[in-house]
Amino acid sequence: MATADAIAALQARFPELHFTPLPLLRYPDGRDSGQYWLRVPAERLLEVARFARDDPRTRFEQLCDLAGVDYLNFPGARERFAVIYSLLSLTHNHRLWLKVFVNDPDPVVPSVTGIWRGAEWPEREVFDLFGIRFAGHPDLRRILCPEGITDHPLRKDYPLRGRGEREAFSVVTRETA
Amino acid sequence: MGLSATLPTAVATRGDYTTTRLDYVVDMIRKYGINWARKNSLWPMPFATACCGIEFMAVAASRYDLARFGSEACRFSPRQSDLLIVAGRVVMKMLPVLQRIYTQMAEPKWVISMGACASSGGVFDTYAVVQGIDQFLPVDVYLPGCPPRPETILEGIMAIQRIVAEDGVRSSRERGRGLRLVVQPAPVVTLGAGLREGSLAERACRPVLDREPAE
Repeated sequence: MATADAIAALQARFPELHFTPLPLLRYPDGRDSGQYWLRVPAERLLEVARFARDDPRTRFEQLCDLAGVDYLNFPGARERFAVIYSLLSLTHNHRLWLKVFVNDPDPVVPSVTGIWRGAEWPEREVFDLFGIRFAGHPDLRRILCPEGITDHPLRKDYPLRGRGEREAFSVVTRETA
Repeated sequence: MGLSATLPTAVATRGDYTTTRLDYVVDMIRKYGINWARKNSLWPMPFATACCGIEFMAVAASRYDLARFGSEACRFSPRQSDLLIVAGRVVMKMLPVLQRIYTQMAEPKWVISMGACASSGGVFDTYAVVQGIDQFLPVDVYLPGCPPRPETILEGIMAIQRIVAEDGVRSSRERGRGLRLVVQPAPVVTLGAGLREGSLAERACRPVLDREPAE
């Protein structure tokens, strides 16, 4: 089964969502990369993800990756944030990407940890670096930044050199050591 | 017979203390005995977080052979080492760990800041990377390079040996505050026109500024 069958199955199951597969990459000569993504509204994500994992035509057993994107000042972007789910079917050897777009303020996406257990740490990472909350996550804490940081460093409006976090340490001198 | 009869006679009196011949003997033992032994058996603790650590491994291996300088016994416990080699970039989450490791080392102790990243942040001018560990930690020797050549690392170890020989058995507390460049380059090193010794020391001591001041 090819990716097209999985997309067709999703389109047949969720006709009201009007899934249009878009290529991840388009080459200058007009061909595309053969890898497609679907836009999923946040409130239907759990339903779509569970169907994508369980239906015999899709069978996306594995969540390869989960990433966040900040589209601030991106040409043509309507929503500010996206969460991207990279799916792989080990049964059919096909891949599909789901994108969920959310907006300021207080971007919230339902957590898929109940469907793919491995989403727990990637969701913590996206929460840490982008400030996107995942509703229903069992343990939504920061994972990379130290405790006490209140910002989300991968947001585009965060200054590259930070807001003084790298200077905020006590000085150990020879006298105090 | 009193105890004073067994002590050497005083050779000089300055203010509130008297120097005896025994003091001279102790000084000689310190200078030529303890210091000599100590500088030829430095126990490095490599705090290797990046490619500088790989280069340090090359120095410790057979080709460059750090054992020639008596410091081949790398210990990964701060309690067993007296030379901290910070090799690689230090991020804001790692700096408190590094400071704790430094305070856990027993006196006397020395610190080498190895490579561009540990000394200045290097190319990683971002929110997470500390722009020079000498802002928060006393550093004895800075090694330039990205990463430094093994010869540079050997020169750094030898600079530490010169510090040990000059500084005596004083602890780092007694060596005084801060961020001084306490050793001059070896006499065989000729500095370029833009790197006079004074300006070198100045640059080493200059605080790292987030932004250059406006002209």
